Amino acid sequence: MGAVVGLPAIGYLISPATKVQKKEGWIAVGKLENYPVGTPTLFSFNRTTVNGWEKTVNSYGAYVVRFSSDQLKVFSNLCTHLSCRVSWKEDLKEYVCPCHDGHFDSEGIVTAGPPPKPLREYETKIEDGTLFIHFVEG
Amino acid sequence: MAAKVFAWIDERLGLTPIYNTIFDRHVPKVNWWYTLGSASLFLFALQVVTGIFLSVYYVPSPDHAYESIEYIMNGVAFGWLIRGIHHWGASLMVLFVFFHMLRTFYYAAYKFPREITWLTGVVLLLATLGMGFTGYLLPWNQRAYWATTVGTEIAGTAPFIGDFVLRILRGGNDLSAVTLARFFAVHIWFLPAIIALIIGVHLYLVIRIGISAVPKEED
Repeated sequence: MGAVVGLPAIGYLISPATKVQKKEGWIAVGKLENYPVGTPTLFSFNRTTVNGWEKTVNSYGAYVVRFSSDQLKVFSNLCTHLSCRVSWKEDLKEYVCPCHDGHFDSEGIVTAGPPPKPLREYETKIEDGTLFIHFVEG
Repeated sequence: MAAKVFAWIDERLGLTPIYNTIFDRHVPKVNWWYTLGSASLFLFALQVVTGIFLSVYYVPSPDHAYESIEYIMNGVAFGWLIRGIHHWGASLMVLFVFFHMLRTFYYAAYKFPREITWLTGVVLLLATLGMGFTGYLLPWNQRAYWATTVGTEIAGTAPFIGDFVLRILRGGNDLSAVTLARFFAVHIWFLPAIIALIIGVHLYLVIRIGISAVPKEED
């Protein structure tokens, strides 16, 4: 009796949580030459997923860092602490998270605050001078 | 005339014994700290009433939540007052419930025979915090969005089940319309129902057992 009533009730409530969506894909972030060498530059992009009855547009950010003309890294701007968005502070030469004051250096390494891991780095590839990043969240 | 009418009703409903049981109890000489429970109850009633009024205009959808609250604040007569009371009442209720718990703890009033009163109080405290957490998202502004992002991520850090709990809370991987809708449902139906029910048990026990005296030096 308990199961007859309880299982549909629980199933009803947790149903959206059981559908895991993959948002994986290669995203073009523009011509490599548009990104300055030395300064991390933010590239913003949207990903659309279906949640329940509606399409949710989430915006994400990637910091493209060109250490030299042929050496680059691309970091996610998701703070590894609790997923607020970090931003590059040129005067500090650090990424700073506004929520709990996490700091990361230009290589994404934690220098202060609560984040447990370095910033997530995107896999990259360059085709015909255009930079792509491999987006794998979700 | 009024006395006659009351006597007629009282004879049938038995109001006097109910009144005597609830309000005419023998209580020890106590201090102001003992008013925190009643104050919490009053705040809960205030939150219920103002919350019901807010639900007249509020729409729990990402497209309209923020605008509907803006309308409550700027377009509806005394909307600012209703929402203001609900807003400040929420913070006060958390404070009062918490201080009520502290008083019970420091006066050791949770001991035999009041253990179940304490346990139901724990549920009430957690439910009150849950009300605060779910209500915070409803304005659907930047602060609400990020606070809920962080709050659900904290749940997500639990070992093994964290990710699943996070998805149950959000109704999916993302904060979305589904999240807002379920937070709203929890905020106005699930938690208030639980709180009302548990308050019933809590008060029944207070009346049945009576309240504890202020501990003396020899206690």
